[in-house]
Amino acid sequence: MSKFTFPRITFWRAIATLLITTGVIAAILRFTLGLGATTNLSDEFPWGLWIGFDFLGIGLAAAGFTIVAAVHLFHAHDYEPIVRPAILTAFIGYSLVVLVLVIDLGRPDHFWHPLVMWNPHSVMFEITWCVILYTTVLSLEFAPIVLEKFNMHRPIQWLHTCSLPFMILGVLLSTLHQSSFGSLYLCVPNRLHPLWYSPLLPVLFFVSCIASGISMIILETLILSRNGRTLLPPALRANLAKITAVALAIYLVIRFQDLLGRGGARYLAQWNYHSIAFYFEIVVGFVVPLVLLMSSRVRNSRRGLFSACLMVLAGFAANRMNTAITGLESWPTRTYFPSLIEILIMLGIAAIGFSAFSLISGYLPIFEEEPEPPRVSDEPWLQNTPPAGA
Amino acid sequence: MAQIQKALLIDISMCIGCNACQDGCKVANNLPAGEEKRLSPTAFTALEEHDGRWARRLCQHCEEPTCVSVCPVGAFKKTAAGPVLYDAEKCIGCRYCMQACPFRVPRYEWKSTHPRVRKCIFCSERLAKGMQTACAEACPTGATKFGDRDALLQEAAHRITAEPGKYVTKIFGQEDVGGTSVFYISPVPFEQMGFDNRLGNTPMPVLTMSAMSKIPNVVTVGAVMLGGVWWITNRREEVKKHEGSQKPGSTHQNQDHQ
Repeated sequence: MSKFTFPRITFWRAIATLLITTGVIAAILRFTLGLGATTNLSDEFPWGLWIGFDFLGIGLAAAGFTIVAAVHLFHAHDYEPIVRPAILTAFIGYSLVVLVLVIDLGRPDHFWHPLVMWNPHSVMFEITWCVILYTTVLSLEFAPIVLEKFNMHRPIQWLHTCSLPFMILGVLLSTLHQSSFGSLYLCVPNRLHPLWYSPLLPVLFFVSCIASGISMIILETLILSRNGRTLLPPALRANLAKITAVALAIYLVIRFQDLLGRGGARYLAQWNYHSIAFYFEIVVGFVVPLVLLMSSRVRNSRRGLFSACLMVLAGFAANRMNTAITGLESWPTRTYFPSLIEILIMLGIAAIGFSAFSLISGYLPIFEEEPEPPRVSDEPWLQNTPPAGA
Repeated sequence: MAQIQKALLIDISMCIGCNACQDGCKVANNLPAGEEKRLSPTAFTALEEHDGRWARRLCQHCEEPTCVSVCPVGAFKKTAAGPVLYDAEKCIGCRYCMQACPFRVPRYEWKSTHPRVRKCIFCSERLAKGMQTACAEACPTGATKFGDRDALLQEAAHRITAEPGKYVTKIFGQEDVGGTSVFYISPVPFEQMGFDNRLGNTPMPVLTMSAMSKIPNVVTVGAVMLGGVWWITNRREEVKKHEGSQKPGSTHQNQDHQ
């Protein structure tokens, strides 16, 4: 720390500092004054913005398990350069979600109870355990990056020896809790609007998180590939976009087949609060990006890909917020809008996420050209990776 | 579990809206006095007026309670005598019970920094002493009647058949969401009294279990499949590597994408 220099003040750093400061103040208020005084949560709306944010965070972090599965389990080594950014994104995403959950709990001092007080029938219990275990797996997947920074190769080798079962475990845990966020709503068929309620909610949540997770990582590669550095060759980026398109198409087929099969057509024909939210979600977030991503011109254009992926994320966010909030409202008698403190805490936590990503990727070898572990370094064929800047 | 289940029968046609049930409830549960029109952390029961009739709201003490099934720490339990009880010492405050309750009953102490979920506990301590619930004791007209579950169901059916046309032919709570411990009979359709007609007779936890029960399969099949894919792709790479060492430079691991 002897070479410490004060960081340059840039626009985004100023914004992030401001948001984190207000967020911390809002969080202090929430803990000292209680949920009732600081949020718009109520007996009618016991879950609000923060739960929606948890869904978002977990969904955007889904790239962590899809990319790890593709590279390490399916041996698609071309995508190696984005494994570390994906793991970092997931690690930050999950840590923040745990943070939001603790803020959201009415008794944060009891947060450890699910570890010792079990109810295996509860979806919430399953999610809690999956998130805890998966965050552990993520830290094991992340550990080599830290160890590498400090040249501790022996522990890296140990971690590498037993990495396969952990990676499989990570993919399974992700599959389970990504879908279980949908299962949370299975027991409220009378409350959740039929445009969002479905017995297939867990399947739909899982498929959409694949689209959003990959879109997130595409956006990251686009943003981080500026300044003369190319994280992923455009051809591979376009391939990822293809996978997103496939996930979107599968999602739309399941969603509409299920909706129409259960007599949802009459809700589609209406023009009201709920159907407008539904059409916005489906058209902007699923149909338009699907059409865009089916064109190879869009997939190979930075700007086209950027907008399409941004729309996927918007649609994903709309879907989760609609499931968590809009679908449970009944306009205009029973509605919910978050309080300023709820919003400030959420923005503060998002700012912590972006800052953490930028800080950590600055200090640790996240974007190394050759992130191969030492085990394979003596295998010459692996050195033949294509030049990264195609 | 040979214990006889207790229940309440609420006859909407007999209720005069005097609020004695809420007053009695507040005394029995040490809640601050004062009439409340809706359920709250300080009102475990409340009379909801619909066109000159009153629907008394309180925890229905379901046979298969959603709150018991959704609580991650098992803070709720269904007792053999019927009451569904809550343990604030376990509760982490996730409020899934409030989100999940088909009858929107649990209330939260939003104003507190150590909030609890609050709801009717079917006077379980009075029950243990062989007494009836405070609300049933307080009711001057017999609109709320306490008794054995089976006997009350018979009585409700008897009242409906004895005076044809006086009641709609439904005992609310007999089968709804798998059955409850609080039954209602009503002279007007239940929707008009603010009851949710979309509940169905399937206990809500069954809907969740249909997904949860697939987890063991997803895990075992998933693990085998992922392991298999790893094994196959790994093998393929080894073969390529072997070929590569025989004919240097002739193969490329990324040829699929070139």
